[in-house]
Amino acid sequence: MNGNKAAKPGAPGRWIARAAPALAAPILALAALWAGFALIKEGWIAGGLAAAFAAVWGVAGAALLFFVANWSVERLGPKVRARALPFVFVGPAILVMAWYLAAPTARTLFLSFFDASSRGFAGLDNYAYVFTDRTMRIAFLNNLAWLVFGTGFSVLSGLVIAIMADRSRFERAAKSLVFLPMAISFVGAGVIWRFVYAYRPEGDAQVGLLNALVTAAGGSPVNWIVERPWNTLFLIVIFVWLQTGFAMVVLSAAIKGVPAELLEAARIDGASELRVVRSVLIPSILPSIVTVATTTLLLTLKVFDIVYAMTNGLYGTEVLASQQYKQMFKFLHYGRGSAIAIVILVAVTPMIWYNLRQFNKREAFS
Amino acid sequence: MAKVELRNISKVYEGGVKAVENANIVVEDKEFVVFVGPSGCGKSTTLRMVAGLEDISSGELYIDGDLVNDVPPKDRNIAMVFQNYALYPHMSVYENMAFGLKIRKVDKAEIDRRVREAARILDIEGLLDRKPKALSGGQRQRVAVGRAIVRNPKVFLFDEPLSNLDAKLRVQMRAEIIELHDRLQATMIYVTHDQVEAMTMGDRIVVMRDGFVQQIGSPLYLYNSPVNKFVAGFIGSPPMNFLSVKVLEEGGKLVIDEGSFRLHPDDAHVGFLKAYVGKEVVFGIRPEDIPVAEGGKGQRIPAKVTVVEPLGAEIHLYASTPTQSMVARTSPQHHWRTNDKVEFAPLMEKARYFDRETELSIIPVAEEKKS
Repeated sequence: MNGNKAAKPGAPGRWIARAAPALAAPILALAALWAGFALIKEGWIAGGLAAAFAAVWGVAGAALLFFVANWSVERLGPKVRARALPFVFVGPAILVMAWYLAAPTARTLFLSFFDASSRGFAGLDNYAYVFTDRTMRIAFLNNLAWLVFGTGFSVLSGLVIAIMADRSRFERAAKSLVFLPMAISFVGAGVIWRFVYAYRPEGDAQVGLLNALVTAAGGSPVNWIVERPWNTLFLIVIFVWLQTGFAMVVLSAAIKGVPAELLEAARIDGASELRVVRSVLIPSILPSIVTVATTTLLLTLKVFDIVYAMTNGLYGTEVLASQQYKQMFKFLHYGRGSAIAIVILVAVTPMIWYNLRQFNKREAFS
Repeated sequence: MAKVELRNISKVYEGGVKAVENANIVVEDKEFVVFVGPSGCGKSTTLRMVAGLEDISSGELYIDGDLVNDVPPKDRNIAMVFQNYALYPHMSVYENMAFGLKIRKVDKAEIDRRVREAARILDIEGLLDRKPKALSGGQRQRVAVGRAIVRNPKVFLFDEPLSNLDAKLRVQMRAEIIELHDRLQATMIYVTHDQVEAMTMGDRIVVMRDGFVQQIGSPLYLYNSPVNKFVAGFIGSPPMNFLSVKVLEEGGKLVIDEGSFRLHPDDAHVGFLKAYVGKEVVFGIRPEDIPVAEGGKGQRIPAKVTVVEPLGAEIHLYASTPTQSMVARTSPQHHWRTNDKVEFAPLMEKARYFDRETELSIIPVAEEKKS
């Protein structure tokens, strides 16, 4: 290294001569971009023209930024180039990610240590509230029920339907029907299921499907979404109705990937059909089952829409996300809201980490 | 161990596609029988019907004297080795082999004894803890065989088990499976599209084509007495030469005329060819039955060399008349070149003749003597 440098006197000078434009160019490009942004912000261009200008400026600006950055790095010599080039490609995405994801997360964490109006430092008070308040305790328990039953039933019914459909003549029709609810939003499903669970006092005409059946069978109508603790389970049924399709589709694809000979070998080995499924089919698609389960688990941990649309958290159906929403936007207690958000984040992190690892191993959905 | 008997077995798929028609096959106790034929001939379907993996459309299947048409595979007490091995990927080699025994609730010590015994026979004792993923193709093949032999089944079924192995390993495994058969004294049915495998392994061979059984017999019987053109062409490598010739009668003598040469059929064949005077027939002769003429007198087939394949111990000499081509198996002494002129001296008593329409052998084929 030293010998190399001595052989080329004046090398630092030349390096600066080369690096200076390489560093200056991106700065100039950024400045040009900012100027365009300022033009719109200050209102110098107005109305539809501003929109068109913004579109052109945005796209051209991004391209300009890339070309300039690439050009600069190319000038820096092979050693620096190899190190810096990845950042030219990934850097902008990382910056955007940081701005939209990391910064809000950090800010939420920060706010969770402050009081309602985010002015006075509150230490761990908000977390103490999260883990001791009566309503919060109900939310935790309900979320646990969501996690266990919501995930359990979705994956189990998805698996059972996928296995049965695979052996059925009506596979396409059956799978399409089960998959259909996937197209409906959680809130939309809430509206539909309000009709299923609708309740009118005894003697009135029952417009709800379930109560119509119950009264037709001679029973008295039940107010399904008020009856604790069953009401949470009735809400979970909606989630299962929506999510079974997802589990079924992924697991069905996985089942198709299991070689037929594997199952035939087991049959010849003397296994009954149930044993074939238990000992050969399910172990073969286990990676997919785990991926579906963790993905569904994530959804149950942050479930909000169904509860909000059906009961708004009344009658003891509160979950963490609905509590967070209420603390933030109803009671305007940013500290508590943020603390709940952080708790949910911590809870889902292991799932996300596991799923990412599976994706990286390319075993997911195999 | 058991006898397997197929009586008038047919397989018709939904939509009317006929895969197997009226198959009558008897596999004797302790026999090694090979089903051979080109792909789509119904050999695998037949095997899968024996296994119980395919329903039998009509006919009767007996294993060990019992009618098993409606017995599910798990209760037929058979074992099968698949082309792609079909090892359970989540189980170790040991568990793969023990699976069938575990299902049958065999005593643990007995399972262990049998698995280790099979592993010893197949020389895979060192692999028992490995997962199939960590095995080579040949090792997987052994495990698949091991999984079959621990069960001690009535019948072993092999469905093209060697076709995924490289040529060298295939030859080695071929020998090992034959050895295994001698050692276990078991009834085995083996499916392959490779006639070399069929010839080298089978006690008897069942040649199939388009769902029909063409001929059943020992390898040499099929080689020497093919019942039709298909069997004649399928068994043997390089295959039998087929030349289109016309049967003529000249001065009271029978002659076959190729256009560029004429030959006198062997006396034993003349009687059967008489009915074909004036008609075209297929003249079949094996590559080893047209040696290159080294001077002397006799019948000759003149031809021109087109391709020379030196194999070391012998040369496959491809040659053609103006209209037809043939291959001869010759000794490696002579250095042949393309376009060389060559004369073959056909051994007319070894020639076969086939009807052009029915492709059946014109010379009646004698029944194989029971050994």
